[in-house]
Amino acid sequence: MNNVILYAVVSLGAISIAAAVILYFIAQKFKVVEDPRIDVVNEILPGANCGGCGFAGCRSLAEAIVKAGTLEGFNCPAGGSDVMNKIGDALGLQAEESIPMIAVVRCNGSRTNAVAKVQYDGPSSCAFAHSLYAGESGCPNGCLGLGDCVTACTFDAIRIDEETGLPVVSDEKCVACGACVKACPRHIIELRHKGKKDKRIFVSCVNTEKGAPAKKNCAVACIGCGKCVKVCPFDAITLTNNLAYIDYEKCKLCRKCVSECPTGAILELNFPPPKPKETAPVESATV
Amino acid sequence: MKTFSKGGVHPAENKIAANAPIEVMPIPKKAFIPVGQHLGAPAKPVVQKGDTIKVGTLLAKGESFISAHIHSSVSGKIEKIDHWIDASGYKRQMIIVGVEGDEWEESIDRTPEIVHEITLSKQEIIARIKESGIVGLGGATFPTHVKLMIPDGKKCDVLLINGVECEPYLTSDHRVMLERGEEMLIGVSILMKALDTKKAMVGIENNKPDAIAHLTSLAAEFSGITIHPLKIKYPQGAEKQLIKALINREVPSGKLPIEVGAVVNNSGTALAVYEAVQKNKPLFERVVTVTGKSLAKSANLLTRIGTPIAELLEKTGGLPENSGKIISGGPMMGKALTQTDIPVSKGTSGILVLPDEESTRPETLTCIRCAKCVQACPMGLMPYHIALLAAHQKWEATEKSHVMDCIECGSCQFVCPSARPLLDYMRVGKQTVGLIIRNRGKK
Repeated sequence: MNNVILYAVVSLGAISIAAAVILYFIAQKFKVVEDPRIDVVNEILPGANCGGCGFAGCRSLAEAIVKAGTLEGFNCPAGGSDVMNKIGDALGLQAEESIPMIAVVRCNGSRTNAVAKVQYDGPSSCAFAHSLYAGESGCPNGCLGLGDCVTACTFDAIRIDEETGLPVVSDEKCVACGACVKACPRHIIELRHKGKKDKRIFVSCVNTEKGAPAKKNCAVACIGCGKCVKVCPFDAITLTNNLAYIDYEKCKLCRKCVSECPTGAILELNFPPPKPKETAPVESATV
Repeated sequence: MKTFSKGGVHPAENKIAANAPIEVMPIPKKAFIPVGQHLGAPAKPVVQKGDTIKVGTLLAKGESFISAHIHSSVSGKIEKIDHWIDASGYKRQMIIVGVEGDEWEESIDRTPEIVHEITLSKQEIIARIKESGIVGLGGATFPTHVKLMIPDGKKCDVLLINGVECEPYLTSDHRVMLERGEEMLIGVSILMKALDTKKAMVGIENNKPDAIAHLTSLAAEFSGITIHPLKIKYPQGAEKQLIKALINREVPSGKLPIEVGAVVNNSGTALAVYEAVQKNKPLFERVVTVTGKSLAKSANLLTRIGTPIAELLEKTGGLPENSGKIISGGPMMGKALTQTDIPVSKGTSGILVLPDEESTRPETLTCIRCAKCVQACPMGLMPYHIALLAAHQKWEATEKSHVMDCIECGSCQFVCPSARPLLDYMRVGKQTVGLIIRNRGKK
């Protein structure tokens, strides 16, 4: 009886010692040396794994930053310059000055501006509706309002307005990760400069049809008349495929184009309302 | 009685227009002729604004391998070449013709005599079919001349003619077989000559006994052509299902019917081939079934390509007040239209008007894993699973689940007790995965 216990203890002990020796050498052989700084950077990053930086997740970005040894070309849109400066301090590097961006919905085809002519009763997804037809209003480029961008947003920063049927981006919550930009089958959403005090001017239309058919489907469509291009003192506006586009790098927010647009397709956001309305007609009269 | 083995459903047939003889639709005042009426690259216009054209004049040339020529269906002046809405729901390039009179190209033989003797050689037949812009008239609009060019090393031992018309409501092929049967069978002989094959089988579903009897008596005069009644089952008119039903061969996944030595053509296409080869008439008109329970009358109209659908509806007594949906094609595979000024194209087999109560989709419920869709799928797929993957945009997994084998017949959605939009999901899955595969090929 005692022998049985003894055999078991001895044999199992021998096996465990042999296994420990083998494991030790294998662990030495296949040891992965990881830069401890990756963990440091990873701790600083927000951990949202939104993919806005262009990497698969926060850890991938941390690895890339440590490997590159510089912060040039890297940006965490979710954390902004705060996080990048912290990483810079931790690694002893200089962070790039990044201009805050925000997602902008370039369609104003609300229920009243672009009246529905047919009724869609298929699956509630923009990608699906886009593959089927032009849309309830008939505009082939306009917002379908079924919320693929809302589903894509991991920051709860975008919602569909019940009244207009259009997505609304929250100034506070949006981190410009670009998930909605990719999700929109019609490429309506664009990342633009957030602007000082959230002031922004942009052409709120992506319709590339000619003037008459575009206007037929939507009251506030860009008709490609080119008036804004002429009035812009900074050459910030270009006209391609019957559609005006304001380059946010060049735009100085002078607002001349806003009053010039005959259909009201150019939107200004977060400007003080009363004062400009007095000056706007004067400007257009002098031109 | 023969049929295909896997899956399939039997929707209510509703062949209301089966006894309505083919009527000639009046020529429209303005014709909207799309340059992309076929599967493959759209044709390039060869005419300009202001040109005077006749019926049968070449308007646009299909230049790439899978493409087809477009001919004018009317005579008159080209008003403009612009974008106009088509059945896809989007604006596409179209040639808009202001109609003046009805003057045909001199080369077209307009005599009513039936020409039996086939004088052209194999190569000449294929060339003529290509010049005439003939595409499959069953609905998929695959260019016919491409089907007839058999790749090296392959051999076609049997030609299958699709007279199944399994889609509910549609009766255009049925009427063609009844009224133009002889010409159609000459068309079949022409196709046999082009394919170098001695055997042709015409498959007709058993709900068309008059067409079966008529063609059987006519086929006695033609060598090698046999008529086969088939059990009524949807989607028997799909190429792969018809091959399985008639000759019991299975086309491998992702391959064409020629892989198993067969070529399938529609009965309407056979008639178009006859007209092109024997009468030198390009494809510019087709029979369109205009039907619906709420319409004053259902009709089979021989319509010029480019006629707005509104005119067809007017001819059948106007659009009823309570119309919920206008569908181009049949109820199973057709597509709801957004406007009535969409023109008839080569692929428009029918216009179906559904009243409000029949057109609303039932409320979508959750999938209960009853697997009815798996049983119904004629391709042996798992629609509930693929739909879920497509809904979550897992495209890689969707591809691995063989979404590209889906023939979009809609049997899964038809049997679903939870009224899930399975076909919609499958279609988007196919589109996206197809795009991914094509892009992969480019790299």
